[in-house]
Amino acid sequence: MTVPKRIGKIRFGLISPQEFRKMSVVKVITADTYDDDGFPIEMGLMDPRLGVIDPGLRCRTCGGRPGECPGHFGHIDLVAPVIHVGFAKLIRKILRAICRECSKLMLSEVEKKEFLRQIRTLEDLGQPTEDVVNRVFAEARKHKECPYCGAPQKEIKFERPLSYIEDGHKLTPADIRDRFERISDEDIMVMGMNPETARPEWTILTVLPVPPVTMRPSITLESGQRSEDDLTHKLVDIIRINQRFQENREAGAPQLIIEDLWELLQYHVTTFMDNTVSGVPPARHRSGRPLKTLSQRLKGKEGRFRGSLSGKRVNFSARTVISPDPNLSINEVGVPIEVAKELTVPIMVNPRNIEVVRKYVMRGPDNHPGVNYVTRADGRRVKVTERNCQEVAQQLEVGWKVDRQLADGDIVLFNRQPSLHRMSIMAHRVKVMPYKTFRLNPAVCPPYNADFDGDEMNLHVPQTEEARAEAEILMRVQENILSPRFGGPIIGGIHDYVTGSFLLTHKERRLDKEKLMEVLKKIDIDEIPDPAGYDENGEPYWTGKQIFSLILPKGLNLTFKADFCSNCPVCKGEDCENDAYVVIRNGVLLKGTIDAEAVGAFKGKVIDRIIKEYDPGVASQFLDRMTLLALRGIMLAGFSFGISDEDVPKEAAEQIQDVTRSAKESVQKLIEAYRAGELEPLPGRTLEETLEMRIMQTLGKARDAAGQIAGRYLGLDNSGVVMAVSGARGSMLNLTQMAACVGQQSVRGERIKRGYTDRTLPHFKRGDLGAEAHGFVESSYKKGLSPTEFFFHAIGGREGLVDTAIRTSQSGYLQRRLVNALQDLEVNYDGTVRETRGMIVQFKYGEDGVDPSRRDYASPENVHRIIKKVLAGENA
Amino acid sequence: MKLPDAWLKRIEDLDLPVSLKDALKSGLEEAESVTEEQFERIIKEVVEDYEHAKVEPCEAVGVVAAQSIGEPGTQMTMRTFHYAGVAEINVTLGLPRLIEIVDARKIPSTPTMTIRLLPEYASDRDMAREVAWAIEATSILHLGSIATDLAEMNVVIELNEDAMAQRKITAEEVAEKLRDATGLAVDQNGNTIIMAPEEPSYRELLQLVERIKKVTLKGVDGIKRVVIRKEGDEYVLYTEGSSLKEVLEFEGVDPTRTKTNNINEICEVLGIEAARNAIINEATETLREQGLQVDVRHIMLVADIMTCDGDVKQIGRHGVSGEKASVLARAAFEVTVNHILDAAIRGDVDDLKGVTENVIVGQPIQLGTGDVQLVAKRIDEVVR
Repeated sequence: MTVPKRIGKIRFGLISPQEFRKMSVVKVITADTYDDDGFPIEMGLMDPRLGVIDPGLRCRTCGGRPGECPGHFGHIDLVAPVIHVGFAKLIRKILRAICRECSKLMLSEVEKKEFLRQIRTLEDLGQPTEDVVNRVFAEARKHKECPYCGAPQKEIKFERPLSYIEDGHKLTPADIRDRFERISDEDIMVMGMNPETARPEWTILTVLPVPPVTMRPSITLESGQRSEDDLTHKLVDIIRINQRFQENREAGAPQLIIEDLWELLQYHVTTFMDNTVSGVPPARHRSGRPLKTLSQRLKGKEGRFRGSLSGKRVNFSARTVISPDPNLSINEVGVPIEVAKELTVPIMVNPRNIEVVRKYVMRGPDNHPGVNYVTRADGRRVKVTERNCQEVAQQLEVGWKVDRQLADGDIVLFNRQPSLHRMSIMAHRVKVMPYKTFRLNPAVCPPYNADFDGDEMNLHVPQTEEARAEAEILMRVQENILSPRFGGPIIGGIHDYVTGSFLLTHKERRLDKEKLMEVLKKIDIDEIPDPAGYDENGEPYWTGKQIFSLILPKGLNLTFKADFCSNCPVCKGEDCENDAYVVIRNGVLLKGTIDAEAVGAFKGKVIDRIIKEYDPGVASQFLDRMTLLALRGIMLAGFSFGISDEDVPKEAAEQIQDVTRSAKESVQKLIEAYRAGELEPLPGRTLEETLEMRIMQTLGKARDAAGQIAGRYLGLDNSGVVMAVSGARGSMLNLTQMAACVGQQSVRGERIKRGYTDRTLPHFKRGDLGAEAHGFVESSYKKGLSPTEFFFHAIGGREGLVDTAIRTSQSGYLQRRLVNALQDLEVNYDGTVRETRGMIVQFKYGEDGVDPSRRDYASPENVHRIIKKVLAGENA
Repeated sequence: MKLPDAWLKRIEDLDLPVSLKDALKSGLEEAESVTEEQFERIIKEVVEDYEHAKVEPCEAVGVVAAQSIGEPGTQMTMRTFHYAGVAEINVTLGLPRLIEIVDARKIPSTPTMTIRLLPEYASDRDMAREVAWAIEATSILHLGSIATDLAEMNVVIELNEDAMAQRKITAEEVAEKLRDATGLAVDQNGNTIIMAPEEPSYRELLQLVERIKKVTLKGVDGIKRVVIRKEGDEYVLYTEGSSLKEVLEFEGVDPTRTKTNNINEICEVLGIEAARNAIINEATETLREQGLQVDVRHIMLVADIMTCDGDVKQIGRHGVSGEKASVLARAAFEVTVNHILDAAIRGDVDDLKGVTENVIVGQPIQLGTGDVQLVAKRIDEVVR
């Protein structure tokens, strides 16, 4: 294997005209590109020595074909020097700091030494030198006379964009360059520059680099017309003006014309570098679109740095819509067969696998899993087709590389944007399936934050053994069940998984043998426990708790309160009548109901315990079985939610109406008290604010009361309540809004106030402060909203939408900044956290050196557990 | 049982965090009897578990921390104001507050202080109220009314006796303060103060009224409101506005338990370590309030990178990211072109040690598995 070349470091600097002339492969003198036959003109902007883009041609410099030849720089000799826009401010600072006669930096030798020492120290520490350098310029500028030659200094005025005016005379770039040339190396160093890589006079261009054609390719339109790149257009302008300038000067044109041309040349060179300089009108295309020149190419999200260098495009990847498949393991991903036929895994042929590989090759490309390409030992790539596959298979030799189609069991990376945390990319095993979507177990939706309303996801196939090994060991789904954010499980049951577990394990659900088999048939369990009892017909039955215990690992002990625990003032513990106190002893669910607190994503106490006490393999097996079991559990009874589930009995509806009516009345009373000036203001609040707060409180209470009334009539036989109570989806608040009362609509936490003069809508009287006039929605969603209520609801809803839109952009930027600031930090072998310079950020990571995802092992509770365990073990 | 000294020393010498040592000691003390053998077994298991829990070298803790704080940001609310604890005082919470902390703003959008009092003041409502009035900035509007007399072209201030008594200030003192602040002649007669502008013009007169309204007669400048609240069995003061340095010097204030949400102020008054802790506390509190669980270690790392060189630095272009060693990393973040131009002038060298730089040049990054420099020996070499 060849050792790959490594770039050790990159040095930045300015290039000197001499060096550039040496580097250049061609001096460009004609502004034309192609001749009438479509061939590039020599010494023109498309000179074949600058590199090739047209297929079939070869580069005249390196002999490479398009794609191989990186392109080579040429140059334009500028008739007169021009300023590089990027350095305009620096040039101003230097001009003011050096003597106009002798070009010495106007500081005493002692000062220079001191500043240089400071700069060197900062450089050694890797700290920015900017502040010191700015002080150098500030100090040097103060001198009215040169301390060396005594020449009086004149004020230099800088006029945007690029003129320097000394004492009323404009300094030409040539004058400036003359001054800069005489600056000594020592002075340059004091000004924070490195004279070897960047002398000040090199900021004033005498030679303009002509970028290779490879970075400004021309495209041929359908009509056969050539369309040139923006940079080429700009270069054409520069050459034209350059030529005119030269002709005029040789012809001895008047000074005024020469100056105009010089300005024009400066303008074109400036816009070639940066087309957004303030004060310079941007160069435009004929259509009026501003040209995209050099610095526009680098800048911004789609620019070279962020768009092309930090974010790269890859091969061996696929993207399609996702859909759920609860029969898959959480470690698997269903891949459409069409995708599997396109993606490949390279296999190096060796004496051990040659016969196996040969069989793959014989299957050809259409017979999955087949082979798409083979690469021979000499590097020649052969496309395998239905016709040549037998022949290629026979020729197969050790040392060839075979691109085998993706097959069951291959490891792939699966990703969903936005990739906000590392669990957004995880490794799955492939399961090739029919149809056209990627399939995944809904239990892995939380880490990806995926749903199936049309989400798409990406899939990548690692191509080397190292990559596959890392993917398998570090990135497998089961290795990422615990989130490093809080050390708890991020993968777990959602929606129906929770509902199913709840229905199966709540109270004593009895299943006869047939149902038991139905529930267990998909699960790899082959021992049935003894029946829990016999019914009146003498038929054996089993309980849901018993069945759930089958999938719990042996030896698991756990007690906790379920999600739907109502937090009674005195907890009855195991005797909880709601069955909300979960007791698991030695892998048997004795008491309690399995709900979101036990197996849900983000909470999942059972999952958490299993992964920490056993290992990820056991946890993933548990999750696989739990998903299957829960779905069978929900299918036993069937589960649905419809419009009739939002119905409340007549007496409940009346009670709710009473509540809302009395709330409105008390609001009215509050308003009257306010009008009469009898309202006591809260400390630190105005009377109006107090009134608003009191009204909000009253109406809030009214909605809660309405919800409670509805809740009394909706029991666990209501699917909505089951979902809310088990933590599967929705909340009692959502149910309240559907069945009882939607409640107060708000904008920025206040009642709705905007609209017309002194009122929200023309439906109300001016100055009406009542509940209805300011967005209280008395109706339920089921009952339907009145027109005004509907409008207020839309106002509140719109605020939510705007809020979400703003939040995503803000938190995205926060994330980008955080990652950028912290990405280089790493734990060293000595336990310190350092950044790239070796600067210590933390002496011990997190003050105790503990990995957040394994923090439970280093917790005081764990110590107590160990003590108990050891002492109990000895006594037993 | 009581632990023998030898055991205590043994526990002390272990390479464990303090919390675990304490747990060991308390756990063993609670046990009835522990044999030497059991003791060693416990120690062995505790140390083993701790070793298991330690971060692995080369772990990219920075990225994990950044993601752990950034990811919950998407779930936070944007609602700027929330009535936190005290109904009367608004505090910025949620995503805007988190951004504010990370931005290291000089002044937060809603500065507030939590002032705890010394025991004798904390238990007595009246004494607590006196401290509150002493701290709260008192302007002329708190003490009486202000009016303009257009005929005489002067400003007439009528002071309220009760209000002055409550805030412990006399009419003479008010007059004195006004004289100092405006530099004008003040004519005080009982509870009436009359002032005239230098020039007898209508504009000057109205401007003078505004100036007088702004004068802080008593208390701390910037603390607009103080609210007293009973927490447990002590009275605590909450303020709108913050001025740590001055408040700490007030009589009755417990300087060890008084805090502000202005991190820069903490840095100036109490130093960088205090500022670091303030960042950790504020960020933890903001996330906790939103019901989001984030391990402290992540927040600590952010606080440490912000404060590790002695100043509170922003996470972003004007702070941590802008001072990175690598030119390419800075260019890829923000203000691309300027960074490259400056690097050229200085002749900077990029050592390509960070993440972005290596991604840019297409090399493996030097973190995690990419940072392991070992090369396996070939089997034939090992055999020989």
